Amino acid sequence: MRIGIDVGGTNTDAVLLNGNTVVAAVKAATSEDVTSGIVTALGQLRQQHDFAPDHIDAVMIGTTHFINALVEASRLAPTAALRLGLPATAALPPLVGWPERLVQAINGRGFLAHGGHEFDGREISPLDPDEIRRIAGEMAAAGVTSVAVSSVFSPVNSDFERAAAEILTAELGDDVPISLSHQIGRIGLLERENATIINAALRHLAEGIVTGLSASIAGEGIAAPLFLSQNDGTLMDVEFARRYPVATFASGPTNSMRGAAVLSGETTCAVVDVGGTTSDVGVLTAGFPREATVEVSVAGVRTNFRMPDVLSVGIGGGSRVRGHDGRAPTVGPDSVGYRLTQQARVFGGDELTATDLAVAAGRADIGDRSQVAGLEKSFVTAVLDRISTDVADAVDRMRMSDEPLPVVAVGGGSILLPDEFPGLGPVLRPENFSVANAIGAAIAQVGGEVDRVFAIAPGQRDAVVDEARQDAVDRAVAAGADPRTVSIVDFDEVPIPYLPGNATRIRCKAVGDLQIDRADTRALAGNGPGVGGGVGR
Amino acid sequence: MSERGWTLGTEQLTDLARGAALLGTGGGGDPYIGRLMVEAAIAEYGPITVISPDELADDEFVISTAMMGAPSVMVEKIPKGDEAVRALRALERHLGRSADATIPMECGGINSMIPLVVAAVTGLPVVDADGMGRAFPELQMETFGVYGIPASPMVVAGDHDEWVLIDCGADNSRVEWLARGACIRMGGAALIAEYPMTGADVKRTAIPGTLSLGVELGAAIRQARAGHRDPVAALRERLGGSIYRQLRVLHEGKVTDVERRVVDGFTRGTVRITGFNKPGDAARAGDLVISFQNENVIALREGQLLAVVPDLICVLEADSAEPITSETLRYGQRVRVIGISTPDLMRTPEALAVFGPRCFGLDRDFTPLEQLHPTAD
Repeated sequence: MRIGIDVGGTNTDAVLLNGNTVVAAVKAATSEDVTSGIVTALGQLRQQHDFAPDHIDAVMIGTTHFINALVEASRLAPTAALRLGLPATAALPPLVGWPERLVQAINGRGFLAHGGHEFDGREISPLDPDEIRRIAGEMAAAGVTSVAVSSVFSPVNSDFERAAAEILTAELGDDVPISLSHQIGRIGLLERENATIINAALRHLAEGIVTGLSASIAGEGIAAPLFLSQNDGTLMDVEFARRYPVATFASGPTNSMRGAAVLSGETTCAVVDVGGTTSDVGVLTAGFPREATVEVSVAGVRTNFRMPDVLSVGIGGGSRVRGHDGRAPTVGPDSVGYRLTQQARVFGGDELTATDLAVAAGRADIGDRSQVAGLEKSFVTAVLDRISTDVADAVDRMRMSDEPLPVVAVGGGSILLPDEFPGLGPVLRPENFSVANAIGAAIAQVGGEVDRVFAIAPGQRDAVVDEARQDAVDRAVAAGADPRTVSIVDFDEVPIPYLPGNATRIRCKAVGDLQIDRADTRALAGNGPGVGGGVGR
Repeated sequence: MSERGWTLGTEQLTDLARGAALLGTGGGGDPYIGRLMVEAAIAEYGPITVISPDELADDEFVISTAMMGAPSVMVEKIPKGDEAVRALRALERHLGRSADATIPMECGGINSMIPLVVAAVTGLPVVDADGMGRAFPELQMETFGVYGIPASPMVVAGDHDEWVLIDCGADNSRVEWLARGACIRMGGAALIAEYPMTGADVKRTAIPGTLSLGVELGAAIRQARAGHRDPVAALRERLGGSIYRQLRVLHEGKVTDVERRVVDGFTRGTVRITGFNKPGDAARAGDLVISFQNENVIALREGQLLAVVPDLICVLEADSAEPITSETLRYGQRVRVIGISTPDLMRTPEALAVFGPRCFGLDRDFTPLEQLHPTAD
């Protein structure tokens, strides 16, 4: 059996899965320290369906914690960005195009130094160790605790990034982690550098969170491997997550869409995931999340991640509701977040939230309904109409044609939505809709990756490409993927012109569904609702 | 100074970047980096004056400014920043004459932006016209040169405070050959000032209105998306009233292979796009293969010619119609491929001798897009 956990800004959801069958599903409040919320959720899961810790084969966690930290511009480390490439690249220094608020939140400092390579492997200028030491001194004086290093053409030659990292560590100490751009992104200096700076700003937060996650699972006596969901819907181990928190960024939408596909049986649809703070709208086409193309901005920063195309609006279960005395009501964008179960009216608090309105309208039975009995009916209707209009508008913006598109609603906050969007059609709410993210995490795929320099003899490219692809597929299968479901999801080829023999760096990733557990399903028959069909990709 | 032209500000740059990426026909370099450079220049020096060729006096002096190199180098090695202005100033000193305006040599890609950086920094107006009507990989592939203007003397400037002056008289291919060598030594990307000419020359040889067309095409895509209309239909509508006239949808499918390498200072390669095989659309079944040398040169489906240079072949994201350049093509992208017919000035025998199919090593003559696809789809 597997446990899937989704740590959102408001709720921590957990599911116990036997194969693709949901055996138990619970929802707990996210705690400020993240871990105690997980412990609570695991305890509830056991109450619903007791399990022996050694019957758990794997625990998969999906979290929006890191991307939320960036979006909220909080909990970020004071970060410096060092780029090696002078005299080139000075026209656009590091952090160019970043929102001012975010630059301030990371106390961002950009430094340019000599170094970098030309496309053909020549040095743009030699690395100057004294210059790096002088910059390290400025970083230390500024209180920098995490550093991103980029170098021109480092995906082709990473020597300067590694050398600069050694000098920086010698000067700043082991407590200042160094994130290197060639390990994070591909060709495209600004986008790769931006992703590296984001990663650096999250390193200390990742350290704390990952340690907490491991401890909370171990505390339950579970010895099974712990995985985190990555952007592309595959799993990474906790050590990787510690060093590359940026790789978790898009896992929330990917998990929710894949979970929704499994739950609803729809493969081409809009998925609206209503969480505590936002509603995220994505589109599934033939079971695949539609990928954002050319420009992917995260919190206003341009990157080149492969990410699903998602539109977020600031409406969720914890959104604050304002407006009375005949004025038009407003909903969000601020939210009580994880404090929903203390601060919302139905839970005895003083804040009027979107959840209170859903309870008042009879769409949900949560907390103490009498606390919202006094709300005027016309006000309740006006607020829910506002929510319906705003979310429907977001769905409409994600449609690329006027052809009808089924709408699947998932996430705990989807009780806010009506049964039908005007002009769009019915809103489908599959069973277990409120824990689609956790299900998506639990059914996350496993991948195999090849990243190697190949020598390509004339006329042999097709054979080399086939070899790299087969190698990636074999690795995915070796990692536990069902061979029938494995496909290539990423392929990138960077020629290295200065090496003899037409040397080319090929990166290729294959993914597939984790082989269904060996556990005996008969013993569990009748426990919990079934989940239809296979996994959608 | 007389009041002439119109003012281009930061707010039009996003539309221009998108429109220029479309006119880049796969190449020309990603305009994003150029856009950031223009934004920085406008923030420091103020907005830019754009004038139409008609607003130039016949005896005014115009110098073209641009970036040359492999697009896959440009996205990685960003300029130092002052190279283009240094190239212009060096050429002015050599000729003993100051420029009254600068003009794009290429309206597609990053070169829609470089003259704007020069205009903002120097205060010179920029002319709403260019010498390619799209993007081309080589410096002699200019209507300026086709109709008698020498590219040289020209200056190539690199990021190590260096510049090279090249003068080959009227032999523009020789200029390309020598400048390409200097550009490769400078790291595969360099800034240039070239085709010094008079206002009368501009009016006779340039493709007019291509800077404002870039802004309008970018706006057409943006507005169509906002209004849930098909952006390709919006492009067709806007082009219909222009000197470009025709648009054809050639193919729809998924990118299943990209081969790309930097050879002789160019990004060369092929992309394979496997058709969606929609029922009832047998014409778009099968694999489309596009060959590119920085720009898309030819599109063949199962050996059948769909479009060929100098007509434009553009790869767009399937739904949003966002143009995808050859260096950002990736496995798995869902795309629509369109063809756009070039203006008549670019289809004369003299023009085809300089940038027709045979100039790209293809053993075939140019066939106009509208002849290959007589009816609009």
